[in-house]
Amino acid sequence: MKSLILRVATRYLAALLLIFSLYLLLRGHNEPGGGFIGGLVGATAFVLHAIACGTAEARAALRVQPQTIAVTGLAVALVAGLVPAFSGDAFLTGEWLFLFAEDGGKGIPLSTPLMFDTGVYLVVLGAILTLVLAMEEEI
Amino acid sequence: MRAPRPAAPLTPAVRSGPAPTATPTQRAEETAIATDPKSDRRNGIAGWAPVLLSATLFAWFCTFLPAVAEGEVLLWQLDWVPSLSVSLSFLVDGLSLTFLLLISGIGTLVMLYSDSYLRGDPQYARFALYLTSFMLSMLGLVAADNLIALFVFWELTTITSYLLIGFHNDEADSRRSALQALLVTGTGALAMMAGMILMGVAAGTFEISEIVAQGDVLREHPWYLAIMILILAGAFTKSAQVPFHFWLPNAMAAPTPVSAFLHSATMVKGGVYLLARLHPALSGTEVWLWTLTIAGAATAVFASLQAMRQTDMKQVLAYTTLMALGTLTLFLASGSAYAITAFVVFLVTHSFYKASLFLMAGCVDHGTGTRDLRVLGGLARAMPLTALAAAIAALSMAGLPPFIGFIAKELGYGGSIEAASSPLLVTGAALIANALMFTVAAVVALNPFWRRGGETPSKPHEADWQMLAGPLILAALGLAAGIFPHVLEHYAAAPIAQSLLGDAEKAKELHLWAGVNTPFLLSLATFALGLVLYFARGALRRALESTVGRLPDLDARWDDVIDGLKGFAAWQTRLLQTGKLRRYLVVIFATYAGVMAVTLAMKAAVVVELDFSDLILKQWMVVGLIVTGAAIVTVTRSRLAAIAALGTVGIGVALTFIVYSAPDVAITQLLIETLNVVLVSVALLRMPLLDPAGTHDHRPKDAVLALAVGGVVATLLLCVLAVPMDMRLTQFFEEASYPDAHGRNIVNVILVDFRAIDTFGEITVVVIAALSAYALLRTTGRRDRA
Repeated sequence: MKSLILRVATRYLAALLLIFSLYLLLRGHNEPGGGFIGGLVGATAFVLHAIACGTAEARAALRVQPQTIAVTGLAVALVAGLVPAFSGDAFLTGEWLFLFAEDGGKGIPLSTPLMFDTGVYLVVLGAILTLVLAMEEEI
Repeated sequence: MRAPRPAAPLTPAVRSGPAPTATPTQRAEETAIATDPKSDRRNGIAGWAPVLLSATLFAWFCTFLPAVAEGEVLLWQLDWVPSLSVSLSFLVDGLSLTFLLLISGIGTLVMLYSDSYLRGDPQYARFALYLTSFMLSMLGLVAADNLIALFVFWELTTITSYLLIGFHNDEADSRRSALQALLVTGTGALAMMAGMILMGVAAGTFEISEIVAQGDVLREHPWYLAIMILILAGAFTKSAQVPFHFWLPNAMAAPTPVSAFLHSATMVKGGVYLLARLHPALSGTEVWLWTLTIAGAATAVFASLQAMRQTDMKQVLAYTTLMALGTLTLFLASGSAYAITAFVVFLVTHSFYKASLFLMAGCVDHGTGTRDLRVLGGLARAMPLTALAAAIAALSMAGLPPFIGFIAKELGYGGSIEAASSPLLVTGAALIANALMFTVAAVVALNPFWRRGGETPSKPHEADWQMLAGPLILAALGLAAGIFPHVLEHYAAAPIAQSLLGDAEKAKELHLWAGVNTPFLLSLATFALGLVLYFARGALRRALESTVGRLPDLDARWDDVIDGLKGFAAWQTRLLQTGKLRRYLVVIFATYAGVMAVTLAMKAAVVVELDFSDLILKQWMVVGLIVTGAAIVTVTRSRLAAIAALGTVGIGVALTFIVYSAPDVAITQLLIETLNVVLVSVALLRMPLLDPAGTHDHRPKDAVLALAVGGVVATLLLCVLAVPMDMRLTQFFEEASYPDAHGRNIVNVILVDFRAIDTFGEITVVVIAALSAYALLRTTGRRDRA
C-alpha cells in the first residue's frame, strides 16, 4: 500500500506504539498491562510499518529475524526461571531486588518476574511478526 | 560412494524357508570392500575413549567383589520424581554385580575389537557413541533398584539397540530389522510398564529391594496374574522367547561386534535378568512354573533345531543364543537350588563362549570375506589364533570337560531331573538341546578351520591383536572357570543364591568331577547323541527342512501385521483428513457441539433463568453491536466485509470486559482482535475467489451448525452461572498478590509469578506454533515458485 499519508503517519505512530508497549510491559505488575499486552502492541507497531512501507522495510527496522526474537524471549523466560536456583528456591520462584529502597518504600524494584515478563513480551512480539511478515510476503 | 565397511550382513535365513544362497558377484563386491585400502585410517579418540571408559568401569566394579561375596548389598539413592515415588536408586548385590562385570568386561573387549573391525568407517564416532550409550544404559538397567528407573534404562537399551541394528542405514534390510526389534521389544516393554505400575501399587512401593521382600503379599494379590503376564510380556520379548523370537536372528543385520555384545552377551539377557530379579517376588506359583517351563523348553528346542538349518555363521550363533535364553528361562521356572546355581553358571558360561564365538565369526568374515559355512574350510593354517579361540569356545559350548560348559551342563541336568514341573519333559528338552549344541559347536567353530578344502572369496588372513584379544581372552576364561570353578562359586553363584533364594549356603558346590551320577550319565548320552547327529547332519538338515521349515513363518506374518497397520492408517487418514478446511471445521465443531450437548443433558440440571432487569443502556448497546456484527457476517457476500464484521463482534466482546471492569482482558481481546483482522485479511487475499453457486448450498447447513454450537455454549454458560462461584482462589490471589508478589495487578501477578510455569508452557507453544507455521509457509511457497 503506497499511501504517503499512512507512511508519514506510521513513522510517528510506530515509534509511539513501541514506547507505549514498553510502558505497558513495565507497569504491568501493578496496573493493566504486562508482557503479553505489551508484546501485542509492539507487534502492532511493526505490522503497521509493514503495511505502510512493505515487509522488507519492516524487517530492516527490526534488524533481527522475528524468529530469533521469539526464541530469545523463550530463553530469557527460561533463565528467569532458573535464577532462583542460585538461592536454592524452586524453578520460577520470584526473586526481588529493591534498589535504593527507603523505609517503607520499595525503591526501584527489579525482579525475576519482570525478566520473565520481558521474555513473554519478546515471544509474543517475535511470534506474531514471524507469522504476519511471512504471510504478507507470500502474497 | 558406499562407506567402506568389512562385511554386509547376509539376508536373514529364517525369512525364506530354504537356506540363502549368496551370489558370487555379491560376495566379490563385499571382499573388495573388506580390503579397501582406505580403511587404514585410525578412528582416533572415538576408538580408544570407549575402551578406556569401559575398562575403568570394569575395574571399579571389581572393587565391589569382596564386599558382595561377603553378602553385602551396596545401595545408592537419589530422589528423582519424589511425588511419584520414582527415585534413581541403585543396588549392587550378587546378581547385579555379575551382570555389571559381564557387561563392562565384555564391553571393553568389544570396544577394542570394534575399533579394528570398523577401522576407517567414516561413521565410527557415531557407532562408538551408540555402543557406549548402550553399555551405560545396560549397566543402569542391571543396577537400578527402582521399577520406573529400571524401565527407563530398559527402554534406553531398546533405543540404542535399534540404532545399532540399523547402523548400516543405507540398507533396507537393516532398517527393517532395526524397526522390527524396536517394535517387538518396545511393545513388550509397554506391557511391562503397566505390569510394573500394578506391581508397585500392589506392593505399595516402587523400590525393587522392598518389593522382593513381600513376595507373599504379591502372590496372594488379586492382580498377581495380570502383573505376571504383563511383566513376562516384557521379559519374553526382550529375551526373544518363542513366539517373540523372530526379531533376534534378524538383528544380526547389525555389525558383528554389536551382535556379540547386545544380541548375545548382554541386552537379550535383560529379560532373563528381570525374571531373576523379580524371581523372589513372583515365582513359586504353578502358573509361573509352567509358563516359564513351557516357554523356555519350547524356545530351547525350537532354536537348537533352527540352528542346525542355518548356513550363515552369525545366524547359527543367533539361534544358539536363543537356545541359551530358553534354557536360562527354563532354569528360572523353579526355585530349586540346583536350578538357580545352574542359571548362574550357564549365564556366565554362555556369555564367555558366545561372545567369543561371535567375535571369532567377525574375524573369519573380516579375514575371508564370507560367513557361509558351506564355503569355509581349512582356515586353521592361515588363522591359527582365531582357530584356537574358536576351538576353546566351541568345546565349552559343547559342554566337554574341563571347560565351564561341562559344569553348567551337569548342573542343568541336576536341576532338570528334580524339576518341579515335569522332570521328563524338562530333561528331554535339555537333552535334545544340549546334544544339538554339541553338534552345532562342531559345525560352526571346528569345521571352518579344520575341515579340508574350502574356497573363500579372498585369501584368508589372520586378524590383528585388537580383534584377537576378545575371542582369546573370553575363550580362555571359559577354560579357567572350568578348572577353578570355586572362584565362580564364591563370587557369583553364592551371592546370586543370596539374592534369589535369600541364602548363600543354598548354592550348589561347583565340581568338575562329581562322580558317576545321573547328570554324568546324561552328559555321556548327550555326547553320544551329539556325535550321531554330527555325522548324520546332512540327513538331519533335510529332515528339518521338511518339518521345522514348514512351521508358520512368524517373520512373514510380521510383515502382514505391519502392512495391515499401514493400510488402516491410510484408510482413516483418507476418511478424516480430506485436506479441505471446511470439512475439518465441520468435524471439529460438530464433535464439540455433540459431545457438549450429551454431557450437558446427562450431567447438568439445565435451569435457564433469563433475567435482563439489571441491564442498562450501555450494555444493551454492546449486545446490539455484537448481534449486528454477527448478522452482517452471515449475509454479506464480500470477504473483507465479513472479516471486518467479525472484528466488530470481537470488539463488542472486549467492550463487555470493560463494562464488567476487567481491563487487562479487554485490552488483550482488543489487540488480538485487531491483529486477527489483519492476519485473516492477509490470508484470505491469497485464497481463490468464492464460488457463488457452491457457497449458498453450504449456508443452511452451516447455519444449523453455528446455531447448535452457539446454543450449546450459551447453555453451558448459563449452567455455570447458576452454580455459586467458589471464590477461595480469587480471595487467595487478592490477599497474597501485594504482600507476597509485590504486585497489584492480580492478572499479571498470576501470569508471571503464581502460575508462571503455565505461562512458560504457553509461550513455548506460541514459539513452536510460530516456527511451524513459518516453516509450512516457506516450504509451500518454494514449491509454488518452483
